[in-house]
Order: sequence, then structure tokens, then C-alpha cells
Amino acid sequence: MMDVMPRWADVVLVPLISLILAFGISALVILGIGKDPVEAVKLMVTGAFGSTYGWGYTLFYATNFIFTGLAFAVASHASMFNIGSEGQATLGGLGVALVCLALPWPHWAIALPAAMIGGALFGAAWAFLPAWLQAKRGSHIVITTIMFNFIGAAVLNYMLVNVMRPEGSMDPASAKFPAGTNLPTLHDILAPFGIEFSSAAPANISFLIALLACFLVWLMLWRTRFGFELRAFGRSESAAVYAGISPAKIIIVAMLISGGLSGLMAINNVMGEAERLVLNSVEGAGFIGIAVALMGRNHPVGVALAAILFGFLYQGGAELALWMSIPRELIVVIQGLVILFTGALDNMVRMPIERVFLMMRRNAKAGE
Amino acid sequence: MKDLAENSGQPPGAAPNAPPAIELRGISKAFGPVQANKDISLKVAKGAIHGIIGENGAGKSTLMSILYGFYKADRGEILINGKPTEIPDSQAAIAAGIGMVFQHFKLVENFTVLENVVLGAEEGALLRPTLAKARKHLTEIAEEYEMNVDPDALIEEIGVGQQQRVEILKSLYRHADILILDEPTGVLTPAEADHLFRILRGLRDEGKTIILITHKLREIMEVTDTVSVMRRGEMTATVKTAETSPEQLAELMVGRKVLLRVDKKPAQPGKTILKVEDLRVVDDDKVERLKGVSFEVRAGEILGIAGVSGNGQSELLEVLGGMMPATGRVEINGEAIDLTGKHSDGRSRRKRGIAHVPEDRQAEGLIMDFAAWENVAFGYQWDPAYNKGWLMDNAGIREDTAGKMERFDVRPPHAHLAAKSFSGGNQQKIVLAREIERNPDLLLVGQPTRGVDIGAIEFIHQRIIELRDAGKAILLVSVELDEIMGMSDRIAVMFDGRIMGERLPGETNEGELGLLMAGVTSGEGKA
Repeated sequence: MMDVMPRWADVVLVPLISLILAFGISALVILGIGKDPVEAVKLMVTGAFGSTYGWGYTLFYATNFIFTGLAFAVASHASMFNIGSEGQATLGGLGVALVCLALPWPHWAIALPAAMIGGALFGAAWAFLPAWLQAKRGSHIVITTIMFNFIGAAVLNYMLVNVMRPEGSMDPASAKFPAGTNLPTLHDILAPFGIEFSSAAPANISFLIALLACFLVWLMLWRTRFGFELRAFGRSESAAVYAGISPAKIIIVAMLISGGLSGLMAINNVMGEAERLVLNSVEGAGFIGIAVALMGRNHPVGVALAAILFGFLYQGGAELALWMSIPRELIVVIQGLVILFTGALDNMVRMPIERVFLMMRRNAKAGE
Repeated sequence: MKDLAENSGQPPGAAPNAPPAIELRGISKAFGPVQANKDISLKVAKGAIHGIIGENGAGKSTLMSILYGFYKADRGEILINGKPTEIPDSQAAIAAGIGMVFQHFKLVENFTVLENVVLGAEEGALLRPTLAKARKHLTEIAEEYEMNVDPDALIEEIGVGQQQRVEILKSLYRHADILILDEPTGVLTPAEADHLFRILRGLRDEGKTIILITHKLREIMEVTDTVSVMRRGEMTATVKTAETSPEQLAELMVGRKVLLRVDKKPAQPGKTILKVEDLRVVDDDKVERLKGVSFEVRAGEILGIAGVSGNGQSELLEVLGGMMPATGRVEINGEAIDLTGKHSDGRSRRKRGIAHVPEDRQAEGLIMDFAAWENVAFGYQWDPAYNKGWLMDNAGIREDTAGKMERFDVRPPHAHLAAKSFSGGNQQKIVLAREIERNPDLLLVGQPTRGVDIGAIEFIHQRIIELRDAGKAILLVSVELDEIMGMSDRIAVMFDGRIMGERLPGETNEGELGLLMAGVTSGEGKA
């Protein structure tokens, strides 16, 4: 037996057709509420990619989604369904904020590694308990990570209102981080190269760190012994036991890495953009990460591309709401359709394409 | 197709000139590029036991699935009792009088025998009248064919032999005249298999038609009237059983002459490699699976563990392979190994010179989605030879895999193909290559030839014997008595977590081993 489809069809053609279908139905919905879908598409594309300002927002969102997408993908390779990115990223924000507020940091280049450690540690810690419960007690990771999302939100709420809120402030938010922690934006990074990038957009150096994380995750999964063991366990637990791979170790370490990646997201949204810790700073990026990982086939390159697509949907969607009086909820519908088609309905597109390839191959054989 | 049995295979129960119970004409079925059945024609006379034999993947199961309505043939015709019949689904098959007993029983464990028989054939909204009717009918059938099963026993409380009878009763209850049995003896002791064959002969004498699918030549010779051989989707021959021999059938199955006996020199046992004392295992359900097992394996010998599956052999292999904790004492080369603690895992065992070919290569021995080269490193991924610093030496592993695939004749020899793309025999060769080329002191082998084609069986047996002749200790667990008899230098029989006795293959026979496998010690058996 051979694989039915060539690899390019699997990784490019199937997601592309799913996407076209999702956008097709979205167009019908836009038509249905009496707007012009062509104009809407134009607006979304120009809004997201038409200016460096648009790019700046698209890449800012994409950075969040790369981290949470990688987080989901790593856990996924160990057959752990980590729904807890949202909570882990929330706690990561807390970690980053505590680091940023702890010292009068002289320069971002020193503050950033420290904040990364803080964010990753807090995120990983938030994943540890569900991981431990799964590994030792068999409590299902989906249930526990969902519950930990709520607990995480409550913890953040408590911390902001009762501990971190500056005296006299009515706003449940931390104090502003010292200037020494402010990360260079893409405007600052690209200026020496003579590229004019919008200074108003929040995309920052975290985007490059996200890309680096993609590479490291790839290296870890496909080139290291631990990655080999992790993937082996994810495919077959019984075989892993046969090979002497400890399931508990894989579950816990995979979840720690996953939670750490989620927590790292905070260097982008908390340290890079808000420059203080606010309530609900994650804004659902943890859940979008699931769709990003599904669409990216749990591969870092796929995750990066899918994250940029979702960044486009976020930014383009915001533009749409602003300029076309299309209700904000419709943007959520479009995003939902994309998730539905690329993630959940994957097989609906895959099967017919497989059949086409089978027929082509049979005809090719008959022609020989 | 050569049809040696044309019109001559009239079995005892058949009326002369009656149309065949089943006739297939030119059945073809393709799955994608794979032609599973090619232009198959077959006649099975009414009141006959007809065997269908062939290797895995020869197309036996596909053909029977077409007959039972699971698949639709691309071309061809089915005639039941001379009438062209469409069988789009299993309901239609049942209506046409066809019953099927699957290899893996389709019974609801926590239902009674009676409820299982009725399941799917309930009449009306209320269960009680159906059950009452069924009870009466079931008793009649059971008496007629001497199949005693307590209708009120729960399935999970009766033995496999009985469960199989329930499956047959289910078909008979639905008025099946044609019964298809798919590898029915896989889970039975020899005695249970004999009982099954008696039932089948009784059914035949009552005019039922029986199709027996098996890969065991012995069963074909013992119970069938006629036999068809399948190879690569084609029906290569149909012959009268009385006029053929196992050698001829094997040749028809494989397409070349096959050595059915294992060719080996007498063993030259050396020092003790493995010593097991009072090994006990309690599983997660608090059931004791091993109840004090003791034995030794010496260098240069094969100890065969015979037994019906589920009597503790799997647990024995898993404990020795480091997959399961146990109590007792196990020594390798005179040194005790850790059975419960930190050093009780597959990796520690491998480092102590124990290699393990597990019973279930698809669930344990291989990662089916991994490429062949990844599977060659699997279990030994920590080996410095497979690593360069922090990273794995993937190129080196691929090179090593290419060599192993060549030496073990794995086909196709493509290291990048996923394990699931290989046939059962070639998958097993990958596992064997990995484990044997480690040059272990002790090789644990579970069901080495399960689901492996006859041609590869010969090769696998030779490789294991070679390892023995190189002075290594081998512990062989198999439910195939022929394999145990042919390969072993000593035979230990397990029943209910205990070793019932040890025999030398030259001084015992299947009858004696069969009794031991059923838990009867030789004293009682001879009395």
C-alpha cells in the first residue's frame, strides 16, 4: 500500500480548498445581510496587508497564535489535548508582569530573557498540575485544563484587584512597566535597514522570537531523542511502554513545554503591546491556537503560516467592522467557518481529493 | 483456475444434481490500486464443509465480506441455491440464509447468551415474548446439534469455546443454511477445536453448508470435504481434500515449494542465561495472572511456552521485557534484575542484553505511522551509535536500516516508508532485524509468525534458529502448537498462570500437550 496522496496535496491542496470553501460560505453570509462580499474581501486584504500599519497588527496577532499554536502542537504530538493554553498564557502574563515590575530594568535586552523565563515558568507551572493529574491519576487532561482556564482567570483577577493594582487606581490592571522593559517594535528594528515601518502598530521583536520558537520546536520534535520518544508515545502508548519510554515522564515534560510556550506568548501581548498587565489580556488566543495547530498539521511551519492567516482574519475582520458596518459578530462567524472547515471538516475535503488522486493513478496505470 | 473437483466433490449430505449452495461467478473487487479479488469463481455443494485457505492478504476475508454483504463486488454474480442473489448488506445475507462467525466474536459481554442470540432479531416492541420464544427455539437447536450452552449465563462468564458456540447458535437461530467461519480455532485449545469440528460435521450431516476460512493446513486436512486455495486475490485451485496433501496446498498458497518442517540441528545447551523463580503478577483488576512460575533457559536452546492465549504467557513476556511489574526473582547471567523499581523498564532490560520481539507487533513492536528507519531505532534511540551529541543521527539510522532491510530481505527495501505500508511478514522482519542484530544474550519472542505469510515464516524460523546456534538463549511463546513443536528444544505448557509441565518435543505429542494446555496433568489424562 502507498500513501494515497502526494505530500504537497496533503499539506497545501487540502487546507487551501478548505479555506476557499470557508470563504465561499462567508461570502454568501455577507451577501445574505445585504453587503458586497467583493468589497469586504478587498477591505480585509488592504486592512491587513495594505499598509505597514496593517501588517504590524497582522503580525502582532500572528505572534500570539504562533506561541499558542506551537503549544497545542507539541502537546498534540504526545496525544495530549491541551485546551489550557488560554489559562497558561494568562498565568504567563502574570509571570512576565512580575518580572517586569520587580526591578528597574536598565535595558530591554536584559529584561526580555528574564521576562521570557518568568512567562514560560508560570505557563509551565499552570500546565504542571493537569499534567501530573493525567500522568499519575488518569484525570483527563481536557477536563482539567479547561477547569484551569477558569481558575487562571480568577487568579489573575484576584492578583490585579487585590495585589498588583497601584494604590488609588480604579482600574483592575497592574502599574505600567518601567521604560527599560519596553520592547523594540518592528518600526525600531527595521529602521536601520531603511525600511519605513509603522510606529503605531504593536508588532515587536517577539515575532522573531516566535519564529525562533518554531525552529526550536521542530528541532526538538524531529531531531532529538526526547522528541522521538514524545512522538512515539503520542502514536502508541503500548509501544512506548514496550520500548521503555516512561509515559508519565513524556506526559509531564510535553505539557511543561506546551505550557511554557503558551506562557511565552505574554512577552508579545503583555510586555510588547500593553506594557502593563490587564484583565483578559489573552483575548482567546489560547483557543485560536488549537485551530492554528489543526490547520498547520501540528508542524511548526504550518503553525507559522496558519497563525499569519488567523492574524489576517483578526486584523482584516477588525477593519471590516470599522468601515463596512458589518457587525463584529459576523467576523466571529467568518473565523468560525475557517476553523470549522480547516479543522473539524478536514475529512470532508480530504476524501474527495483522495478519490481524485486514486482515479488519476489508476488511469495512469491503465495508460502504461 | 484448475478445478479438480468439478462435479466430483459430492459430499455425504448432498442430493445429486442439486444446484450448489453457493456459486460465485467472476467476482472482482479492488480497493484503490489493490486488486483484492480477481475474477473469482467458486461452487460450494450443499451439505459440504468447504475450506478456503490462503495467506494473509490473499483475499479470503474480502471474498467472504462480499458474500456477507459488507463489501459490494465491482463485478460478478452470487448465486444462492442456484438463484442469482443481490447481497447489499448483512441483513440481505441473513435473509439469504447466510450466517457468519467472525474471528473476533461480536457478542455483548454483559448480556446473557439468550439476549445475545436475540439481539438484532427482536420481534415487536416488547422483549419478553421474543425471549420466551427464543428460549424454546434455542433449546431445540442446541439439542439437535449437541451444542450445550446455558441460555442464562452471561457471555463474560463463559469460556471462549462456549462463546463461539453462541455465535453459531445466533446464525442458526436466524435460520442460516450456510455458515461461514473465519479462523475459528485461533482462540481454542486443541480439544475445543476438536469439539468445534464435531459440531461442524454434525451441522453438515444435517444438510448445512459450511465454509471454513483458515490458514492452518492441518484443520483443512482434518475437517473439510473440498478446499479452495487463494493467492494474491485469485483462486488458484479447488480440490477434493482427500486427494491433496498439506505440501501440495502449501505450494499452491505460496507459489513455490515450502519447507513445512523447521530444519535444525540438535541444540547444544550451555550455561544458564535466564533463571525465573516463583514469578507472580497481579493485574490492575487484582487478578493473579502469573501464579508462581519458575523455569530456566540456557544458552543455545529454545524454550517454547505452549498454551492457549490468555493463560499468562503474555504477562510472562511483558514482565521479562520490562513492561509490567512482578514479584519473584529473575536472573540474567546469574544477576538478579529489578522487577518493580526504577530499573524495571524496557530500556533497562535492553541494556542487560534482553531483546524482545513482542506478541503484538502493531501495537507494541512498531509505531505504525513511523518510517521503517525510525522503527529500527525504536527502543534503542538512546544508543550512542544512533546519536550525535544532542541530536539523533538520522542519516546514520537510515544507513543502518538499509543494511538491516537487505540482510532480512524486507520488501520493499525502502527505509522511508511507514511501517503500516509493509505486509505483516515484512513488519515482523523489521522487528526481528532490530532485535536479533543487537546480538542479545536472551531473545524473548512472542507469536513470531502470527499473521505472517508462509514464505516469511520459514525465513523467520531460520533466523531464530541461527541465533540459537550462535549460543543465545531464546524464550519462544506461541499459541501455534506446530510452531512450538517444530522450534523448541524444550516445551513448557502454561495454563491459568502456572507451568503445567515440561516436555521434550521428541517425547511428546499434540494430544499430551493439548491436555496440559487444558489444565489436565498427565496422571489424570491417562486415567
